[in-house]
Amino acid sequence: MTEVHPHEHPGYGDSAPGDEKLDGSGVAQGIGGYLLGLALAGGLTAASFYFAAGHFLWGPGMPSALIALAVAQMGVHLVFFLHITTGPESTNNVLALAFGVLIVFLLLAGTIFIMSSLSHTMPTMDQIMSMQR
Amino acid sequence: MTAADPPVPFDPYHVGRGQDSDPSRGHGAGGPASKRVIVAYGFWIFLLSDIVMFSAFFAGYAVLSGNTAGGPGARQLFDLHNVAIETACLLLSSFSCGMAAVATEARNKAAFYLMMAVTFVLGAAFITLEVREFAALIAQGDGPSRSAFLSAFFALVGCHGAHVSVGLLWLLTMMAQVFAKGFRPEILRRILCFSLFWHALDIIWVAVFTVVYLLGVHP
Repeated sequence: MTEVHPHEHPGYGDSAPGDEKLDGSGVAQGIGGYLLGLALAGGLTAASFYFAAGHFLWGPGMPSALIALAVAQMGVHLVFFLHITTGPESTNNVLALAFGVLIVFLLLAGTIFIMSSLSHTMPTMDQIMSMQR
Repeated sequence: MTAADPPVPFDPYHVGRGQDSDPSRGHGAGGPASKRVIVAYGFWIFLLSDIVMFSAFFAGYAVLSGNTAGGPGARQLFDLHNVAIETACLLLSSFSCGMAAVATEARNKAAFYLMMAVTFVLGAAFITLEVREFAALIAQGDGPSRSAFLSAFFALVGCHGAHVSVGLLWLLTMMAQVFAKGFRPEILRRILCFSLFWHALDIIWVAVFTVVYLLGVHP
């Protein structure tokens, strides 16, 4: 059985996650994509550390800004390093990713909501001690 | 005179799967998908399940991060300079891993060895810095048994570090396999899976340095 590379039919078939699109210009295009990804990810990382270290941003807005930067950087990694794209040949990969993101969201939001709600409704240790008297 | 073939509608997302006219593999008349696509897709599913496992550690950390039991909190313990160097190491190693993938596409063994070696050195530097940080914390009495916050911290960051260590072993294995067997199809699939694994670890580290270090140190 021969190995058929997905790029033999551009526009058809599925691409493997991580496979780069080397149609035509080849190596230079591949390196260029990674360089662009490195520049974007590096810039977002630098921005995160700069905001966290300095007093550039309004304090209470800091967590949202840092989380937004982190999500943006994860997107950069997915597109430029893992080559998960919105193209038709990547539909299966994107669907799997979307399911993973849903589970991660449910797990994080559910845990944090339930635990903070419990800790909110639970009496403090002093109250428990006074109830036992 | 033969009847002209009916025009094939443009259907890039394969909504009409299974049509006889669909020449793509894995969707009908084109036959099964190539092994490379199937293997990488399966590994992608594994990586997503690994990320789900990490999200449980993150949830645990988020719940426990305030419970310092009278001990030191994130702001007293973490050194952002160390974290910045670790982050730079891991990001650059992700880039050099991508360069190794490009070298693989070009079937250039010398460039592959060089880029994998660079990836290994950067990954080993990351692990060294992390182990030194852990050792310093434990030496000053702030080990995982100090508080629930530190238990969650060591579990989460240590789990990522364990993944990176395993990745380093896998990296050496891939270099040895290319050396011994060359760029055979099954070796190419393993290289693809390895680079997916390595990039996914960098994605998890983005969440770690944001949630644990930057948001922890933030006043």
